[in-house]
Amino acid sequence: MTRQKTRALVGAALLITGALALTACGSGFDDGGGAGSSGEGDATELTSSDDALTILIGSSGDAETDAVESAVAAWSEESGVEASVQVASDLPQQLSQGFAAGSPPDLFYLATEALAGYAGNGSLVAYGDMLANADDFYPSLVQNFTVDDQFYCAPKDFSTLALVINKGMWDAAGLTDDDIPTTWEELDTVAQTLTKDGVVGLAFGAEYQRVGAFMAQAGGTLVSDDGTEAVANSPENVEALTYVKDHLEAGSFAYATDIGTGWGGEAFGSQKAAMTIEGNWITGAMMNDYPDVDYVVAELPAGPVGPGTMQFTNCWGMAADSPNQQAALELVEYLTSTESQLAFSEAFGPMPSIQSAADQWSADNPELTAFLAGADYAVGVPTNDGIAAVITDFNAQLESLKSGDPQQILDTVQANVEAVVG
Amino acid sequence: MTATAVAPRRAGKARKGLRRGEALAGWLFTGPVLIILGVFLLIPVVMALWVSFSDWSGRGSPFSSGVSFVGLENYAAITTDGGLPTRDFGTALRNNGWYVLLVVPLQTALALFLAVLVNRAILRGRGFFRTAFYFPSVTSTVAITVLWLFLFSANGVVNEALSWIGISGPNWWADPSGIVHNGLAAVGVTQGPPVLTENDFLGLSWWDWLAGPSVAMTALILMAVFTTSGTFMLLFIAALQNIGSEIQEAAMMDGANGWQRFWRVTLPQLRPTLFTVITLGLIGCWQVYDQIYTGTQGGPGKTTMTPAYLSYTSAFLGQDWGQGAAIAFILFAIIVAFTAFQRWVLRERPVSKRRARQYQQPSRPSTASPAVAASARVPSVPEPTTTDPTKEDER
Repeated sequence: MTRQKTRALVGAALLITGALALTACGSGFDDGGGAGSSGEGDATELTSSDDALTILIGSSGDAETDAVESAVAAWSEESGVEASVQVASDLPQQLSQGFAAGSPPDLFYLATEALAGYAGNGSLVAYGDMLANADDFYPSLVQNFTVDDQFYCAPKDFSTLALVINKGMWDAAGLTDDDIPTTWEELDTVAQTLTKDGVVGLAFGAEYQRVGAFMAQAGGTLVSDDGTEAVANSPENVEALTYVKDHLEAGSFAYATDIGTGWGGEAFGSQKAAMTIEGNWITGAMMNDYPDVDYVVAELPAGPVGPGTMQFTNCWGMAADSPNQQAALELVEYLTSTESQLAFSEAFGPMPSIQSAADQWSADNPELTAFLAGADYAVGVPTNDGIAAVITDFNAQLESLKSGDPQQILDTVQANVEAVVG
Repeated sequence: MTATAVAPRRAGKARKGLRRGEALAGWLFTGPVLIILGVFLLIPVVMALWVSFSDWSGRGSPFSSGVSFVGLENYAAITTDGGLPTRDFGTALRNNGWYVLLVVPLQTALALFLAVLVNRAILRGRGFFRTAFYFPSVTSTVAITVLWLFLFSANGVVNEALSWIGISGPNWWADPSGIVHNGLAAVGVTQGPPVLTENDFLGLSWWDWLAGPSVAMTALILMAVFTTSGTFMLLFIAALQNIGSEIQEAAMMDGANGWQRFWRVTLPQLRPTLFTVITLGLIGCWQVYDQIYTGTQGGPGKTTMTPAYLSYTSAFLGQDWGQGAAIAFILFAIIVAFTAFQRWVLRERPVSKRRARQYQQPSRPSTASPAVAASARVPSVPEPTTTDPTKEDER
């Protein structure tokens, strides 16, 4: 009985192997690898062909999709190269599938935390320095997309964090424009003043992407500027986390989730918080979901060391496997031009990544200039390979900052950062 | 695989003469399935196994020349290195372990209870209740998860209902504290003994292993019990209906009360179904993924992260494809081990002497009544998947 079973199994295995050999499945996989290994990341020659371009974007909504589609269509018209825009439902997953299969989109949104991983395995072309407008980008953004001294991809736009204040509550509490906080002490005072009647003074997300602004104000970061040293458990960071922890305990600050909301914008819009720390995207949420709430945007207060905020950005990644990189490069130049970026900004909110568009943007959005002012001193999220998991872990620990020990949290983060830098 | 292996076994004995073509015909008929299984199951599994032993970075084919064999490096990274990947894997195992520990017994017991409830002939509106209990199983996980996110939100229905009886409900989806820790904190224990806090396994201290599922995970546990017990109820109903009423009647004649009849007569006969339900439950619980992906994304504080979800994030988001594949294979080993273990626990055993003695009272000496015979004759389990209790009756 058992012997028969074994024989049958062996037979079945042989049959499957045979069938696969016949259908030539094995060789199919190798083809992709052979073609893929040609571009090793630092290719200096761009490929050129008549192939149509595909662009994969992770869209925030119809406004963004329409804006990108019309810009790409306009470029297509002008250049004669066909191009189509696809909206990803899950961008990292779809990109990974494309790279693994050897047929990625030609251009795609690329997040800072994903850059090092894809650059490391040779999926990307480092085309940044070939751009005609390469010098026009904000240096800090260029820094965000530079790996091993190679400027990989063009920042498509950016956002910074600022202090968003509920005008009605501000006035009702007897505060004026002069009271807008410029230091931690003043923030402390106004947050206490505004905390009453079930409203918390300042609410923000329980994550490094918000708390990190306080760390910047105290002069701390996770990774040193050159990206080679872990400095997460510095006294500056401990001071920043302690400041946040003390106010969480006092109740004048709160995490958005602790007051039953999903993010700072919701806490602010639903008037459970009088102030929040959020980026440019909050303007869209306020317009769509909470049109009745009147607000002003101010720069974040300075900490013991000086002003500090965080910046967030994406770039136009270009695939090493793309058959028509020359056309893709031209499309990127078009999409990052002043005209295109101002149109994007009007459509869905982010700020232009090029300095030459700053004046026009400020003139168009006088009430939002605090966001752009932050660009001068903003720090980006670290871009080391593997840092995303470290930040996820940091965020998990920040959720219990109220009852936790800042030094202990940062020591764990330090050990994790040390494992991924250098 | 067993199903496909059956056909070749019969065809394997090639016969001469009249039935000569049968072997060929057999291969011909099973061929398409074998090819489909090979291409879409066997090959991907073998590829994943290779990835788990390689340094494939996610670009091009894993079999291309640039990819090299790194031995157990990926497995070491998540089990012995002690860094973040190890701690993540330990956390995921801890979370899922508690999930399994609570969901499997609860859903099995609830399913059996519901099945016994709606199996009664005298129950009015039997069909209605069966449909009602089964309904959650029909709905997609994603839809139920979204519903659950609403029900258990900070100002949701559940907390509202709790407030009626004077309980201020937790902020379910944002509370990473473990319920065992919370229970201990309620009696004043907030720090574990040094022996637990200073020793660790997979980067997580024993005190943290014993934290219990977080409040957020508890909500997911309730959801799992709610959605799956209907499916398993259906299996139990089918089994219950195949138990002949004459055995019950005989037990009644012997003077067994309802409780005894259930434990001593009905339950032993449900053993094959119990095996199926627990096996399916174990496998399903160790693979929990959709609820996490659509609901909590592993938060708060990584307390709803499971190995299946961690495998996905390591591979697709962290670009650590080898580690992702290694996690998947360790998970596979865990599932096999658990299934084997419960098969051993539920194995067929002779009636113990202690129990046998109960039926050998001197006052009622010789003949075994049908009920005694039934209780002594524990149904055998020839194959784990065959759950047709009619066979037992015919034997």
